[in-house]
Amino acid sequence: MTDQKKSDEPELKGFEEKLKDQARRLKELVDSGDISGALSVVSDLDDTRDQTLFVEVGRLTRTLHESIRNFRIDSIHVSADKSTINDASDRLAYVVEMTNKAATKTLDLVEDTMPYAAEIKNEAKSLEQKWKKLQRKEMKPDEFRALSTSMATFLGKLSRDSDKVHENLSEILIAQDFQDLTGQVLNRVMSLVTEVEENLVDLVRMAGKVDIITGTTHEVADENDQSEEIKGEGPQMNAEVRNDVVSGQDDVDDLLSSLGF
Amino acid sequence: MNKDMKILVVDDFSTMRRIIKNLLRDLGFSNTDEADDGNSALPMLQTGKYDFLVTDWNMPGMTGIELLQHVRSDDSLKSLPVLMVTAEAKRDQIVAAAQAGVNGYVVKPFTAAVLKEKIEKIFERIES
Repeated sequence: MTDQKKSDEPELKGFEEKLKDQARRLKELVDSGDISGALSVVSDLDDTRDQTLFVEVGRLTRTLHESIRNFRIDSIHVSADKSTINDASDRLAYVVEMTNKAATKTLDLVEDTMPYAAEIKNEAKSLEQKWKKLQRKEMKPDEFRALSTSMATFLGKLSRDSDKVHENLSEILIAQDFQDLTGQVLNRVMSLVTEVEENLVDLVRMAGKVDIITGTTHEVADENDQSEEIKGEGPQMNAEVRNDVVSGQDDVDDLLSSLGF
Repeated sequence: MNKDMKILVVDDFSTMRRIIKNLLRDLGFSNTDEADDGNSALPMLQTGKYDFLVTDWNMPGMTGIELLQHVRSDDSLKSLPVLMVTAEAKRDQIVAAAQAGVNGYVVKPFTAAVLKEKIEKIFERIES
């Protein structure tokens, strides 16, 4: 990419010089009345312009193609009819799938664990009350026997249930490995996006040159399109440095209360 | 606040629906149904079975804000309490939701405490 930037400028300079040279010749020929000579210079001028254009466009195409190929070499599925963007979408779909799987697994385990915690709490509470009764020496012998049995059952159950809770927590822990895997994929897609962006910037720069070469001017589209409706954007990045975005629930509450909520 | 009230949870991501349902159950609301966007939610709401709507904003098909507008323009639904739980955090959007008649607005990521507080506030205001 950087080689290209360096070599671009002399390329355009050469084009300028050729242009000046041919313009001078054209003027000379027109002045001297050699119309057919002048026309052939005009056609030369055209050729010079086209060649410069082709060289620039060709270089750009090559670079784009190169980055697309680089991205593909190590991709998971390589098939001839697949574009890079397609592949990037696949990778992102994989991220969605992985995060979905991890979230589902975690939720399953949490839902599975919660009743254990609730049950342990309930039984402990009921035993605690009985235990206090015992401490107050208000317990009858058969009540004590019942307490003794249920205490033994509870302790056994507590030990088994704690194992289960521990096992579930470990599985939840492991389920977080998606962060590593999806992170890697996201990094690759980000580097592709950066690469494509760089190439697009080059394309814009190149298009600027092409405009110079072809003498084209553009009408600038009105960027402040007022008809834009309120649309969903998804999570906001860098909310703390943006003025049009709230930075948390407190901000939302402030805004709503200012509106009379 | 009636803990048996029927609540419709609308979000395009099943995990978020599950999280909200679990949080609601922890708060004592276990009578919940799910829908994955406004298009599937609206006919469910129109059956008149629901007492409370919790909806995301950004969904394919019909978005949450459109669903809210539909609810408010429907005579049989216009007084249904609506809580928006969404990642949309632009001031303009919150103002738009308020103007469309939302009863509460929670930005993701949120906590169980925030959800509880907002739901309580909504029903306090309605019942007073």
